[in-house]
Amino acid sequence: MENQKPIVHRKDLHWWEQFYIPQIINGMRITLSQVFRPKFTRQYPEEKWNPPASFRGRPVLVEQNGVERCVACGLCSRVCPALAIDVQASETELLKERYPVRFEINMLRCIFCGFCEEVCPEEAIVMSKEFELVFRFQEDAIFGKDKLLISADKLKDRLEYLRKNR
Amino acid sequence: MVKITIDEKQFEVENNLTIIQAARQNGIHIPHFCWHPKLSVSGNCRVCLVEVEKMPKLVIACATQVTDGMIIQTNSGRVVKARNAVLEFILINHPLDCPICDEAGECKLQDYAYKYSVGESRFEFDKVRKPKRVELGPNVMLDTERCIMCSRCIRFCDEIVNKPQLVFTQRGDHVELTTFQGQKLDNDYSMNVIDLCPVGALTSKDFRFKARVWDMSATDSVCVGCSRGCNTKMWVRNNEILRLTPRFNSSVNQYWMCDHGRLNSFKNVNAANRVNAPMFRKDGMLIDVGWDEAMARATSELKSFKKNEIAAFGSAHSTNEDNYLLAKLMNHMGVHRIDFVPHIEDAKQDSLLIKADKTPNSTGARLVGIKSDTDEYSYRAIIDDIRNGKIKALYVLDDDIAVVPEIAEVLPKLEFLVIHASNENQTMKYADVVFASSTYAEKHGTFTNFEGRVQKNKPAVSTLEHDRVLDGMPLSRLDRFGAHNDRWTKGIKRDTRASWRIINSIAAILGAKWKYNKCEDVFNEIASTNSSFYGLTYENIGVTGAMIQKSQEQVTVRS
Ligand code: SF4
Ligand code: SF4
Ligand code: SF4
Ligand code: SF4
Repeated sequence: MENQKPIVHRKDLHWWEQFYIPQIINGMRITLSQVFRPKFTRQYPEEKWNPPASFRGRPVLVEQNGVERCVACGLCSRVCPALAIDVQASETELLKERYPVRFEINMLRCIFCGFCEEVCPEEAIVMSKEFELVFRFQEDAIFGKDKLLISADKLKDRLEYLRKNR
Repeated sequence: MVKITIDEKQFEVENNLTIIQAARQNGIHIPHFCWHPKLSVSGNCRVCLVEVEKMPKLVIACATQVTDGMIIQTNSGRVVKARNAVLEFILINHPLDCPICDEAGECKLQDYAYKYSVGESRFEFDKVRKPKRVELGPNVMLDTERCIMCSRCIRFCDEIVNKPQLVFTQRGDHVELTTFQGQKLDNDYSMNVIDLCPVGALTSKDFRFKARVWDMSATDSVCVGCSRGCNTKMWVRNNEILRLTPRFNSSVNQYWMCDHGRLNSFKNVNAANRVNAPMFRKDGMLIDVGWDEAMARATSELKSFKKNEIAAFGSAHSTNEDNYLLAKLMNHMGVHRIDFVPHIEDAKQDSLLIKADKTPNSTGARLVGIKSDTDEYSYRAIIDDIRNGKIKALYVLDDDIAVVPEIAEVLPKLEFLVIHASNENQTMKYADVVFASSTYAEKHGTFTNFEGRVQKNKPAVSTLEHDRVLDGMPLSRLDRFGAHNDRWTKGIKRDTRASWRIINSIAAILGAKWKYNKCEDVFNEIASTNSSFYGLTYENIGVTGAMIQKSQEQVTVRS
């Protein structure tokens, strides 16, 4: 019994407050003043939003000269706290020696933390501006290279942002 | 014995040791690239520098002998500074290849750079370029740029294999590792240089780019390539074995294993031709059936033969437990014709590791009861009796006996053939019932090697019989955190069973009252009933194996 919190009595209303009318008028005034201010709401999805470069949308692989920059080092896969990334390396004739034959990100696992982007030694995986992700089946949420590869020119914003903020 | 002091601690050590050996014996790690406990001292990497009191300069721990009263500092300010300088020198020409290098994660240079270097270079010029992707031999790739010229690989070929095949050419920072003119790195042990190489200069062609080392689990295993039984580590990702590496055992294989064992003793486990379910023959075709059906068929047919019309072949490829239970089952059925087919290749043996007997367990198979007391019961006599129709039914434990032409010739004569098989094989063509058995990589068990050392083998790949977590199998990061719907946990789990378990079930149908729950139970029974195994328990075999009582039984392999 002794541990029970003491009962707090609400402060009795002042006689002026007990009128209510002035309070209501004051509330209506605020509402009315908002009506004439500029609108911030957006008619999504008809009206799209273009996020700033610092936005972390779904991670994508940077494609340059027709091939992925990725060398399948597996560091993104290692660092990913959600274990969303699965990389299988293989050998290529190109100078970089290694490339990912399979690169999959499970978008149901991804938490958009951006660690993969941060750890990548090749600037090969970056956070895009895409945030609209809808799936009907679990399997559809696993993005392979077909969905992940995006050419470098389309990612200019982010790549510049990364260089500036290294 | 001499008294020395390392880092303020006093030790008493033998007097012919070097500082690095003395420190190692007492659990103090002195960093080293070129020194190796089983190779001669070359002293060229300079990273093992330590400070010895009253010596004007730092000395290399690998080539300085301990003397009485020596006071050694392995972490003094001078040592730390010198080590950092050595690493800075090594890194001047070392490429920034870690992302594409297979050694990453188990690389001494990476580790030491983290631990002992400040990680800054004052060198502003271009690195020396050298050939990359060089095929040194059939199994080994060389990246010359990554080589730090420690010469371990060269010394291994010279000193351990006695086949000098590698050499340095050029001078200074242009030194390059190559093979002698017109030669290849093609000795039977060539792949050990991959483990020896402290960096990623030498890598395996077979394992190339297959997996990151931190994504695999490693299980202590035993190679089944020959009767040496080299201790190995089996590296598994997504229930698939990707490589084998040797595991140190001073009484069996030291630090080494042969290329044949490393490359060929695991490929069958994940092969496409695995037998995935029990089968029996119907209308001339082998069809997949359930375990109960297959067992019912095998037992009812076996019962229809007279005792002296049945014979059994144990297998030197199988474990002691498998063979012991087969012998016990035959004994229960009153069958006395039992032996195994030896696989000896006299041309393929040497004085280092490789033995002529290409099976891991002929010593054990014989000791646990797979043997004929007289020649009349030997495997050749069994073959003869199949030929002349005296033996009509045959039970074969995991062994493709039909690869022996004279056996393949008589097998069609049999009225009934039961086999245990892990992979599709020649013998299957003649079989009426096939039990899908687990390979050595999928079961517990013991092997007894050529000199009578009993060694434990653990499952590295899981079948429907086990659960990685519940059965305490080593887990990789991916195993630990994977969910059922992650692709990287969906590796194939087969419906195979350990041979001793299959025999155990058959015995139960035939009325035997055995009580074995674990492989351990079988082994402990062998140990308590068989004088050769006296004093051993599954527990006390340990990780390095234990010797059988030799005097009890003549341990020789008959061909
Ligand atoms: S960290 Fe970069 S280079 Fe490495 S696997 Fe991931 S995307 Fe590829
Ligand atoms: S953003 Fe984070 S959670 Fe998503 S894939 Fe990259 S590292 Fe993993
Ligand atoms: S290849 Fe490796 S083992 Fe051989 S000398 Fe170079 S660094 Fe040493
Ligand atoms: S020597 Fe024998 S046991 Fe050792 S690795 Fe080679 S084949 Fe395997």
